[in-house]
This record gives sequence, structure tokens and C-alpha cells, in this order.
Amino acid sequence: MNDTTGLGDDVQLITLDVNGTSHEVITAPRRTLVDVLRHDLGLTGTHVGCEHGICGACTVLVDGLPARACLMFAAQAEGARIATVESLADSGTGTGTGELSDLQRAFTAHHGLQCGFCTPGFLMLAQGFLAERPEATKEDIREVVAANLCRCTGYQTIVEAIDACATARRSQRAAGAEEDSCN
Amino acid sequence: MKPAPFRYHRARDVEGATALLAELSDEAKVIAGGQSLVAMMNFRLARPGHLVDITGLRELDHLGVGADGGLRIGALTTHHTVETAPADRLGAGFGVIRDAMRWIGHLPIRTRGTVGGSLAHADATAEWCLLALLLDAELVAHGPRGRRHIPAGEFFFGYYTTALDPDEILVEIVFPRPAPHAALTEFAERRGDFAIVSAAVDLAVDGGDIHGGRVALGGVDAMPVRVPAAEAVLADGGSFRDCAEVAASAVDPPSDGGGSADYRKHLIRNLIERACEEAMSR
Amino acid sequence: MTSAKDDQLVGRSVARREDPRLLSGRGRFVDDIELPGMLHAQFVRSTVAHGTITEIDLTRVRQVPGVVAAFTAADLELGDITAQLGRPLSEFVPTAMPVLARDRVRYVGEPVAVVIARDPYLAEDGLEAAKVTYAPLPPVTREEQALAPDAPRVHAEAARNTLVDVSLFATEGIDEIFDQAPCVVNIDVRTGRQNALPLETRGAVAQWDAREDQLVLHTCTQTPHQVRTVAARCLRLDERAVRVIVPDMGGGFGLKCVVGREEIATAAAALRLGRPVKWIEDRKDALSASFLAREQHYTARAAFDADGRILGLDADVVCDMGAYSCYPFTAGIEPLMASAEMPGVYKVPAYRVRGRAITTNKAPTAPYRGVSRPSYVMAVERLMERAARELRLDPVELRRRNVITDFPYTGVNNITYDPGSYLESLNLCERALREAGWYERQASARAEGRHIGIGYSCFSERTGYGSAAFAQRKMEVVPGFDLAEVRMDTSGAVTATTGTISHGQSHETTMAQIVADALHLDIPKVKLHQGDTDRITYGWGTFASRSIAIGGSAVRLAAGKLGEKLRAIAAAEWDIPPEDTELDRGRVRRRDDPDVALSYEYLADIAYLKSHLLPKDIDPGLTATAVFDVHNDGTFSNATHGVVVELHEGTGQVEILAYFCVEDCGVAVNPQVVEGQCRGGIAQGVSGALFEQITYDDQGEPSATSFMDYKVPTAHEIPEVVIHHLETPCAFTATGAKGAGEGGTIGAPAAVLNAVNDALRPTGVELDATPITPETVHRALTPSTPEQTP
Repeated sequence: MNDTTGLGDDVQLITLDVNGTSHEVITAPRRTLVDVLRHDLGLTGTHVGCEHGICGACTVLVDGLPARACLMFAAQAEGARIATVESLADSGTGTGTGELSDLQRAFTAHHGLQCGFCTPGFLMLAQGFLAERPEATKEDIREVVAANLCRCTGYQTIVEAIDACATARRSQRAAGAEEDSCN
Repeated sequence: MKPAPFRYHRARDVEGATALLAELSDEAKVIAGGQSLVAMMNFRLARPGHLVDITGLRELDHLGVGADGGLRIGALTTHHTVETAPADRLGAGFGVIRDAMRWIGHLPIRTRGTVGGSLAHADATAEWCLLALLLDAELVAHGPRGRRHIPAGEFFFGYYTTALDPDEILVEIVFPRPAPHAALTEFAERRGDFAIVSAAVDLAVDGGDIHGGRVALGGVDAMPVRVPAAEAVLADGGSFRDCAEVAASAVDPPSDGGGSADYRKHLIRNLIERACEEAMSR
Repeated sequence: MTSAKDDQLVGRSVARREDPRLLSGRGRFVDDIELPGMLHAQFVRSTVAHGTITEIDLTRVRQVPGVVAAFTAADLELGDITAQLGRPLSEFVPTAMPVLARDRVRYVGEPVAVVIARDPYLAEDGLEAAKVTYAPLPPVTREEQALAPDAPRVHAEAARNTLVDVSLFATEGIDEIFDQAPCVVNIDVRTGRQNALPLETRGAVAQWDAREDQLVLHTCTQTPHQVRTVAARCLRLDERAVRVIVPDMGGGFGLKCVVGREEIATAAAALRLGRPVKWIEDRKDALSASFLAREQHYTARAAFDADGRILGLDADVVCDMGAYSCYPFTAGIEPLMASAEMPGVYKVPAYRVRGRAITTNKAPTAPYRGVSRPSYVMAVERLMERAARELRLDPVELRRRNVITDFPYTGVNNITYDPGSYLESLNLCERALREAGWYERQASARAEGRHIGIGYSCFSERTGYGSAAFAQRKMEVVPGFDLAEVRMDTSGAVTATTGTISHGQSHETTMAQIVADALHLDIPKVKLHQGDTDRITYGWGTFASRSIAIGGSAVRLAAGKLGEKLRAIAAAEWDIPPEDTELDRGRVRRRDDPDVALSYEYLADIAYLKSHLLPKDIDPGLTATAVFDVHNDGTFSNATHGVVVELHEGTGQVEILAYFCVEDCGVAVNPQVVEGQCRGGIAQGVSGALFEQITYDDQGEPSATSFMDYKVPTAHEIPEVVIHHLETPCAFTATGAKGAGEGGTIGAPAAVLNAVNDALRPTGVELDATPITPETVHRALTPSTPEQTP
């Protein structure tokens, strides 16, 4: 159990399911989900960019759907499945990152990140969106990418990375289906 | 930008929620999706002493067409649920509602933001408020004194002000009849922003002829408004352009950082005509 | 290099080495740092634009649960931050910026006191309990008001609120040239006040390390050594007693290349309390109370002969620098750059310029990506377009007749330009638009009554500012050189350390490419260290597109020296002259018998563990340092941007239909990275051209404190960009690279504005200010509309 609040407010014990692990946290109700993820659970991959829901740097998945972690109190996330950027790659070893996911690799291949501050938000946005809409076109993707702000890339390479990942997943599935039908 | 302290209460049922609201009176705020409220709390522009979280009330998360042909949407239904609702649940003739969802913020806002939250918050440019007014929806409120049905035309009072009592919560919105020839459109400088002006029309079409229609605007007053003069043009068989022109002259929009009154009138002309064309082509 | 390497890495789009950690949430940004016992700072800020502080009462703040301390300027007794130019008072008025306001506040958001609490939430509770009373003074918010003879003074020492007033050039007889010229055109161009807006706000974590007797300041800065200097001075410590460490940084764009008051106050609080203190700026403060940029006004005219050749340029530049001069650049940076470089890519025989920096009751400014160039390029390119109209010439043809083609070229501004591809980039850009059919599409759209416009901008950008070029500005603090150290350990792995600091520019990759090539190594063998003042003696950080041109050259030279040493050790082993050896894929081999080679590991083993085997003239160890500076006027990257826009009558919206960029930054160390810089820069230029602005009302209240009001565009608004590369290698740098960080931002506003004006051509209206809002376009398209300001 983490007790890191030091807040003078009423505190409460909540249980959060983050990246498949259950965490008990004693927290004040006013702490936002993003602050609890970052500072109570040490999952600092999720970033804080505006705290009013517009930049999207804090985007995580709540029950599989992208949501702003700055616009939720941690207490509201009890009972939901939360996924953060730390869930995307294999956990790896102590000294290095595990195998990156296809989405993460696409970001690298297309230079879809520069300073990397907004990147976790875009990754989780894309992760949630493509899971729901695997057939999304490049234009659909651009529309969804418009949900978050990036100051470095001009967005084009982010759109291209996500589109390339979606396309590769589709052709993999098609190849898989073909294989199945051959068997 | 960290919110002020408050006490958090998780409601177990509608009765419990309203009882709690009655007990705490104006110290308390209902939180559902929280997409407007939490932002305002982070700026400390809102600082309720108590938050009553109703997101656990799953009975308020529903969507479907009733026996009377009306579309009933539970207050806790998210914008995203509406935009992805299968055709058989949404019912024929309610496509305007689904299509309007794309104007609400962005995907990660729509996955959390709720229909009831948007209506109760009553932003002057909110899409749900405009739809409710346009389509003559009925808003169902529940409080310690029971349930009441409020017509949309009597629900909005002004900036962020509604007919809801502090101890009432919105439980459902009912769109009484299909609107097969309706459309909502809007303009903002940047995708996902609150509209400078939003326009919605619901045309009465029979055999390809227009017999009248309803016209509503957002962003021109403290709450969404119907424009009877423009509706009269449609009833008289006037053109879409005339309808738009009359609408622009009939309203008195504000001049502020979002745009001058003159510019808003220009947008009204353009958007109403566009909405009419979209509605007709449905 | 002593042998050709067929698998050369420079010039290839090598995958970024920064990516795996940033993609998996393992980056370490300043807010990710947690230290035991750490406290949190927030600032009480002025609520008035101009006033005298009559009382600061923090009694109630100190009673707020969780608040540990609250300090005013009087409590902390810190030295001021003062940026200096070596110019007479008639040209430059120095002004002091106190770390916390003492008796006077000069903008809404100015820090007045710092509150330290156990938690950021509690610190904000503390802010609400602060009571500050002001005797208001009349705020100065507009240029015309600031320059009036009886204007209220923002700083008592600055008459007419003028901090800088320089007239660097005035060609003799220029008035006669204008009097007699067949064609004279005028413009009055303004660029709006913007926020550079790195997505990561500013922040710092400060801690006193008792064992090292040292303040350790983790802070997001582009200039770690300069922050060290200021921190040491304000806190009255030796520089040795301050270590500045820059963790991963979420963008800077210039906003983080000046020293912030809050990072110093955070350090002071940590020293006072003996506990680590963290300050993370929130977005509200970042938007309105940090450093802004770009508000400039150009009144200019240009004279042309009948064939469209420029005869003279005459300009008056006023830059609204806000409340304070930034350190180390001073309020002079904008007018001095504009004055020195405005003639740009054109052959301008006669030139006169007056450049002024004024101070107003607005948040101070920092040099934002491109600094003055986006504004003065817009002014000059507007003059070119106007002249083309006047002379009924094609605007591209007019530019063709005027761009510099013979290099090196020494301009009327006494600057010598190194070779570039000004004409080639212009021609190629025009051809790209023609071949894509945009001219035909414009003609047919016009026939249908649609408003499609094509616009260009043609510019160069001085990137390799060495100390000589900066010294011309007469700064008291003269940036320019950079330092690098390259060392090899006993495992043959290489660590390069630089005084520059990447924050999105991919130096961990590009500098590694440079080192790997110089030492014939694979990239994984090379690691870059940056952003730590204890790891390198000095550095000037990353700004002005200098890092690869100057820092990269230093790294290249140091790696070269290390290679020499490896060869010398091998040569001694073989008892042959070093010239008879060469580097080859992690080994030194004999030229006369390439099959005979010694691995770096073997040579490192000798250098460190068996140093008794070394000849007397070779020191043990494998480390080399190098300094690089550019001793002439610097190097110039160049580009042409071509834009197609459509104006939508119904909404006034400007839609960018196509965007072409032909750029030349010399040798592109990593073309994908260069393209990333171009695209990102263009996005920021488009943002300034069409969307972003912070205005101030008459009371000095800023218009934007949230992203609802400050409209950073999204993927929906920012266009795709087609990029063509030209490569004119730089003769002055060790890598042939020029610099690629800012060009995109410089070219975009002018090209977009020109395209909008081209689309407006049938209306006869011309626009001269950015941002170009939909309402402005609507008015231009509807001339009968009465003028109304919202």
C-alpha cells in the first residue's frame, strides 16, 4: 500500500487496476488520476501537459478507451481497468526496454516523435482507437490524432506512423485468415 | 492547477444520490463524466465542498427506442456510446443525433463525457442542448420530490443555468419522434473547440417537399435559441438562403473574443444554409 | 578521415536512439524526479499589470495545513538578474529583473512570493491565502502608448519605454535613391505576440548536496552553463558550488534558452530549507506568466528599378519585449538581429534601418524559434510581393532577379554569406508547385469564384553564429564556441560529451553518427552525454540552430583527435609512423598490410591497464577534447517555401491545400531528422500565421490563460508538407552541416500571408498582420462589412 499523500484532506483507500496489477492507494479525493499514476504509483510515462483536457499528454486507457487522466479523480477510476504507456512494450529487463510493440516501432520508423513529451498520450490514443476501429482510414486517423497536441512534429509523421501500424495489422490479419482457410 | 479539497461520495442509487444532494444542499455538485467540471475545478473556478459521483449508477446508462417511437437516452450514456450505437438501437430517423457527436470535443472527451452532464452543464454552444431544443426533447429529472419531465424549451435559463433544482439529477432525455431530415453543423477556428456559432435544423419533408421546419442556434445567446422567424420562412416555402438570411437578422449575437456580432451573423447565414442542405440530403 | 568507410552513417536516416525510452515511458523529465523529503513550490503572482507593492502579508499562507514556508524577495535577499549589452546608454538601457518582485510589479503573473508545501495541491492552497496589496500605476500595453513622450514608465530609467534604439546602417544618399526610384513600395507589418509553448512547461528540482558542498539544480533549460552562472551569482555561491543537470526535456523552442526567475527562487528555497524543492509550472502560468515572443512591428519601404531590381531598403523596427530584458540575450536580441540580417537573400545596394526594443507591462519575451526572422522575412517578402504587383511582374520572377547568386557575397549589412542555393531552391519550389498543377487549379478555381492563392517566401538563416558574430551585437556575454570531450573506456566503448543539449533535436543519434564515422565504430558503441555542467567544462547549450554546426563540429574534432591517438598507440606497437595506419571498423590497421590490425579493445587495454608499454610521448588514457568556433560571419542555411491556400467565404477560414519546402542546410547528418525539424518548424510558423496570439487589454490583462483561448493547432489544421533537399556543404564547419532547427518557422508566416493576399487579389484587399483569423479574412472578402472590433 502506498501512502504518499501527506494531504491534510480526508483520505480514502482506493484500489486501482493499472496495467493488470491491482494497487491499493491511500489518497485524498482531490488527487487526479494522472497525479496518482505518476507520483503515487511511480508510473511517470504518462505526462501532464495542461490539466484541462486539451493537450492529451495524459491520455490513458480506461476500460480500453482513451481518456484524459487529468480530468478524472483517481477515486473515480476504482473498478475500471487502466492502461498506461508502460503496458505497451514487453517489460524487458532492469537495464533496458523490452521488445517494443508494433505501434511503438511504427513511431520510430516514421520519426513520429522528437522531444517525446506528448508521445505517450498519442500512443495510448492510437492504441485505444485502433483496437476499436482496426479498419480506420488515414483520414479517420488524422481526425483522432487531432485530439492531442504535439509541438515538435507537425503531426504528419504521427498520422503516418499510426496509419502504417493499422495497415500492417490489417495485412497480418488478412494473411492469418488466409492461412486459416488453407488449413 | 490543482483542485481545492472536497469530500467525495459515491452514489449507490438514484434515490441515495438525490437524498445526499438534498442533505448537502448547494455545497455539493454531481459529477458524472467530469469533462467540464474537473477542468473548472483544476482552475479552481469551481470548488464544490462535496462531489456526488453518480457514474456507478449503471441504470442511467442506456439507449434505445421505446414503444412510443421515442428515443430514450440515459443521462450517464457517453457521447461515444451514442456515436457508436448500432442502427437498431438508435432507431431510424435519429441519425442527426449520432452525427452531431463528432462535433463534441475529441474522442478521449467523448469516451467520458455524458449526455446528462452536458445538458446539466448547459454550455451555450453545447451540441446536446441544441439538439434537445431543436427536437423538442423532454428532460427527466429525479429529486427527493420524485420525478418530473421538463420540456427542453423550459430547461435552459441562461449561462450554465437550468431548471434543475440543486437536489435533482437528470436521469434521462427523451427525443419524442424521429427527425429523418435534421442536421447540426457548426464552426470553430480549431477542431474540437466550442463552436463560435452552431446551427441545427429539422425539416418537415413530405414526398420531397418541405412543409416547414425548426431552426435552432447556439453561440448567439446565453443559451441555445429557436428562431421562429426563420422557421416561418420554411413554413412559407421560402428558400434555404432566405431562411438563413432571416435567421441572421432575427438574432442579436454578442461581440466577444470568439467573434464580433457581425461575423457571427455571417456564420449564421452560412451554417443554417449548410444545415438545411445537409438535412435535405439525408 | 584517413580512409573511406563504405558504410558511412552521416547522411543516413539512422533510427533514433532516444526513441526506445521515450516510447516506453522510461524517459526522465524533470517532474519525474522524486527525492526523499522533497517539497513543492508555487508562486504568488501579481494580479495587476503595473503597480507598487504596498504590502505582502503571508501570515495566513504559513498557517495553511501542509505549507512549510513562504518567502518574499526581502526574505531571500537574492541578487538580481541583469542582462547587459556593451553599448552606450543612448542605445541600450540595462534593467534589472529581480528574482521575486520587490517593490514594483510590471506584468500580470510576475512572481511576488514563493510558497513551499508538502505537496503541489497544498502549495496551491497556500497561494490562495496570500494577501498582496498594490497601488496601481497606469499600465503600458501598446506601442504607440509606450513611445509617447509623456508615457508612464515601466522602468524609471527608460524614457519613452525604450530599452534599445540602434541605427546600425544608413547608406549615404539613400533618400535620393528613394526619391528617384521608378517604383517605391511601403508596408506596415505586425506579428502577434505568441508563446513558444513547449508541451512540457518549465520546472526545476533543487537540492543541496552536503557531501559535495554543491547545489544540484535539475532544470529544463537549453543553456545549462548560463543558468549555473546566474544561479551562482544570485545565490552568491562559487560556480563550482552549483551543478546544473538537464534531464529529458519536452521541447524548448527558445523559451527555455533564457534564465527563468522561478528556477533561481526554487534553488534559493531549497538552500534555505535544507530540503529538496520541486517547482513545476502549470499551464495557466506557462501561458501568461512565462516568456512570450514575436510581437514586432515593421514600417518599411523598398525602392526598385523598372526591371524590378532592388535599389534600397529602409525600415523601422519596433519590438515589444514586455516587462524585462531576458538573460543573457537582452531586449536587444530582436531589433539587433532584424537590423543586421533583414536584407536576407537579396542583393540590396542601399540600406537604412532603425531598430528599437520597447518595454511594456506584458510578460517578458524570450527568443522564440527563428527569433526576429519570421517577422522580418514577412516584412521583406511582403515588399517583394507588393513590388511585383506594382511592376506587373511575376513575384517569383521578381525574386529571381534579386536573390544573391555569387558567393561568397558581402552584403550592405557587412555580412559575408557563405555559398547557398537561393536561386536553385526558388526555382525548384516553383517547379514543384507548377508540376503539381496548382497554377492551373488556381485559375480554374478563380473562374468558379473560389479564392485560391499561391504564396512564396525565400530566405536564409544564419545558423553558425560563432563568437565573432555574436560579438558584433556587443553582448557582454558572448556565446559562440562549443566544447566536446570524447573518451574511450577499456571495453572500447565511447562516450562523447557536449556542451549542447538536445530536447527533441535527436543529438543522441546525430552526434553519435558523427562520432561513429570519425572513429569507424557502430552506433551502439557510442553514447552521448549532455546537459550536465559537471561533465563538461563549458558549453553554450542549444539555440540558434547551432548544435550540429558548432557542437557537432567540436564532437567531430574531438573524435578525430581520439582516432589519432589510437593510431599513434598502434603505430608504436608496430614501430611504424602513425601516417601508415588507418581506422577500420573498430580497429587500427596497417596501410601496407590491411589484414594486420589491432582492435580498439586491445589498444584501450594498453592505454589504461598497460600504460608502461606506451612510448614516452603518449599519455595514458584515451580521451580527447576539442573546441570549435566559427570565426567569420557564420554560415547560412536557406530555403524557399511555397504555399497554396483556399479562403472559405462561408466562414473566412484559411485552408492550406498544399505546402512545399525546398531546404538547404548543408550536409544533412540525418535526413529524417532534418525533415522532422522542417515539418515541426513549419507547423509552428503556420500556428503563428493563422492561429496563435496572446493579446492584452488596456488594463494589461492577458487574453489567454488556457488552451481554450490560446489556439495551438491540431493535426486537423496543420498541413502535410512536401520537402525537397538541396545540399550546399558548409566550408566553415567540421561536418559540412549548417543548421536546421529554425528554418521551417521562419519561412511559413510570410509564405502563408503571401498566399492569402494572392487569394484576396480580386478583392483588392491586402493583409499585413498575423495571425490571420477567419474573421479578418471574412472582412476582407466582404468589403462592405463595417469595421468592428470584438
